[in-house]
Amino acid sequence: MADIAVHEAVTSHDDHGAAGHGSITGISNNKLAMWLFLGSECLLFGGLISTYMLYRGRHGSGVGPAQLFDIPLTSVSSFVLLMSSLTMVMAVNSAKRKDDRNTNLWLTVTALLGSLFVGAQVYEFTSFYHEGVGFTTSLFSSSFFTLTGFHGVHVSIGVIMLLAMVAIISRNKVAGDKAEVVEMIGLYWHFVDVVWVVIFTLVYLIPA
Amino acid sequence: MAIIERTSAVPATVSGAGATALLTPTQSLGVFRRPVAATGWRAWVFTVDHKKIGIMYGFVAMFFFVVGGCEALLIRLQLAAPDNTVLSAGLYNEMFTMHATTMVFLFVMPMAAAFANYFLPLQVGARDVAFPRLNALSFWLFLFGGVFLNTSWFLGGAADGGWFMYSPNSSRLFSPSHGVDYWVLGLQIIGIASLVSAINLIVTVLNMRAPGMKLMNMPVFTWMVLVVQFLLLFALPVITVALFLLSFQRNFGAAFFDVGKGADPLLWQHLFWIFGHPEVYIIILPSFGIISEVLPTFSRKPLFGYKFVVFSGAAIGFVGWGVWAHHMFASGLGPVSVAVFSVATMLIAIPTGVKICNWTLTLWGGKLWFSTAMMFAIGVIVLFSIGGLSGVTHAVAPADTQQTDTYHIVGHFHYVIVGGAVMGLFSGFYYWWPKVFGKLLNERLGKWNFWLMFFGVNLTFAPMHILGMQGQPRRMVVWPEKLTGEGFFNLAFWNKIATLGSFTIALGVLLFLINVVYTAKKAGKAPLDPWDARTLEWMTASPPKEHNFDTIPTIHSLDEFFHRKYEEVDTDKGPRLVRVRSAEEVLAAEEAKADTHIHMPSPSYWPIVLALGLPIIAYGVIYNLLLSVVGAAVLLLGVFGWVLEPSVAEDSDYDPPAGGSETKELSSVG
Repeated sequence: MADIAVHEAVTSHDDHGAAGHGSITGISNNKLAMWLFLGSECLLFGGLISTYMLYRGRHGSGVGPAQLFDIPLTSVSSFVLLMSSLTMVMAVNSAKRKDDRNTNLWLTVTALLGSLFVGAQVYEFTSFYHEGVGFTTSLFSSSFFTLTGFHGVHVSIGVIMLLAMVAIISRNKVAGDKAEVVEMIGLYWHFVDVVWVVIFTLVYLIPA
Repeated sequence: MAIIERTSAVPATVSGAGATALLTPTQSLGVFRRPVAATGWRAWVFTVDHKKIGIMYGFVAMFFFVVGGCEALLIRLQLAAPDNTVLSAGLYNEMFTMHATTMVFLFVMPMAAAFANYFLPLQVGARDVAFPRLNALSFWLFLFGGVFLNTSWFLGGAADGGWFMYSPNSSRLFSPSHGVDYWVLGLQIIGIASLVSAINLIVTVLNMRAPGMKLMNMPVFTWMVLVVQFLLLFALPVITVALFLLSFQRNFGAAFFDVGKGADPLLWQHLFWIFGHPEVYIIILPSFGIISEVLPTFSRKPLFGYKFVVFSGAAIGFVGWGVWAHHMFASGLGPVSVAVFSVATMLIAIPTGVKICNWTLTLWGGKLWFSTAMMFAIGVIVLFSIGGLSGVTHAVAPADTQQTDTYHIVGHFHYVIVGGAVMGLFSGFYYWWPKVFGKLLNERLGKWNFWLMFFGVNLTFAPMHILGMQGQPRRMVVWPEKLTGEGFFNLAFWNKIATLGSFTIALGVLLFLINVVYTAKKAGKAPLDPWDARTLEWMTASPPKEHNFDTIPTIHSLDEFFHRKYEEVDTDKGPRLVRVRSAEEVLAAEEAKADTHIHMPSPSYWPIVLALGLPIIAYGVIYNLLLSVVGAAVLLLGVFGWVLEPSVAEDSDYDPPAGGSETKELSSVG
């Protein structure tokens, strides 16, 4: 592998600025960095999920997962989030075809679906709180809100990135390769979705 | 989001004739003209040059080394005499907690980052790291995080739970001051700095090597740093989770580690050591890398078994993930866990032993040159072997259970950290000083520096093994006269020797600092290649030009620079390596092919602005969440300013060069 890579580097030898295009792995610097970051994120969620799995049964005589979760509601919001991955793919596809109008359209739809998911989570948290399960109620509730809250913050940051991207594309201020920037937001977005699949399965579907 | 760094350089070459004054400056975020100064404080504060950032890392880390060293001396003073009252019990707790935290997170790691930043691009033949602005961000986050952490001394007291901050000592009940909050938030900030830097350096090594530099042509230092960055990448998020949980417990009323509320205190221990044990290798591997450069150079031989050294470094990196629970043998994990972690811990001694054999065999039959750098490197082999051997004995769980939380452990890990990591870093100082500053550190002072530190380490930490076997507990604030015992195992005697040793080390470090000042003031210019070195970073001017290499070299072999100086010539005694070119001639040949158009990334305001946001948020978490909102606003300003700014300045951002028509580097203009 190394030999082929080196060959590529040699052929693109005319570009050797501090941040040249000639990447040895064939993956651009930006994308490689995003992959590494997501690799690191896996262990962040790994730690949070382990904490939840350890504590999900520790709620004393109070409300536990079995009584608390509204699985139909969360299934719908999970579906919404998964669909947003589809629209994200559409956005990346449009960006690759240099179709700004459709890129913006799909990015906006993705952001909308993401916001719906976050909205459903806010609704869910509020109703749990009204049922008497707050952040400090039990070890179960603390670890549940921490895990899902961290995921919610990740989705929210994704939504901000998507909307900022729309604004930056509209004003034609993208620094760098537009399609690649959209693709990187896409990588992050898909990662957050995949993590939700794991969380939804472990937290909501498999009984404690 | 900050990952989106623009790396594709627009053709932004400025030649004297090309840059006319008619262009209007591009405004950064519509407000400021972007910074372009090449001299004065602005050239440092807004720089994205990996060499300047490396130097700043080095100076700040050295400052924290002195701070952490003073803390150590206070601890040793307190333990020098029976029933001593130099420090109160509370202050003593803060002192040992902050000593360890400072030395690990604010000295050894950033000092390794200083070397990595400076030499990684040079060793792989690149002109900068992959993300120069992120590099600046890492440095400022480290600096601000370190300062934030240490402001706790003046704002109600520092953290006092020991560096691994076990529950319940970390809880509000047992540590009511804000010290632990400062510790948690400070480490979060420093952790982000390390994570960003890890991503940056991995991409640099994987993607930006010079043509022909295969992975197995990379210098060992680069290899070891690469392994370390992967360890950081996967270890840091685990401590991040632990710190968040602790933060939520202390500030928002959760009970993650509160046994009274049914929590499992082992959760913290597991999370901490899943990070903490790879951290041990994060600390030691850069030093292994440094001495793997120094030993061959001063033995005039190639490194013995390069591939073995590289693969054993990677093996240490892998196995390092499976040994964390050997820190927890006394916590009642159960026989199966203990057995598994015992065996894994014994296994990790194999790749480490391979390295020690390889270094020794590098020396074997070499024409040894006992420069200060070489002496420090040999010091590492000796002292690390001692620390490593006592370490392997801790893999034996029944013995370890006896030694847990005694001075025996303190002695062991100081041998590997001071004797292994710190001595290695000092070897690097003496080896690379002429490269970075163009002047040789004084060798006479250097030898004194080495011998004082070498004897100091043994005087300080060898007695601790005896103290520990006698049962002196770690973190003990006083020892009463009547319990000191008699004869050889007299606690009073060995405690006094340890204190004497610690001041000997301090004297050695002081001599180093004097050496630095003396060299800066008195020393003349160093020769281009003072050590007859082997690797690529020496194939450029000292100090290197802003763009590192006039032309990116094409690599043909491991030890490229050596093979350009030496060639195999047939003599009547068989083929011999003979010096055919001087370093100056090699460099002149490269300069003759110099690129005329070199684009370098331009300075930026945004890394320091973005970094400033985080400590403000952290103060807000402790005192008033409104302040956090302000910090978040600063952070967002930084992010958006950053995203909207091209990483390479437009021609119009520069004043036209003053002198005539000669071609100038973009970033040296203005």
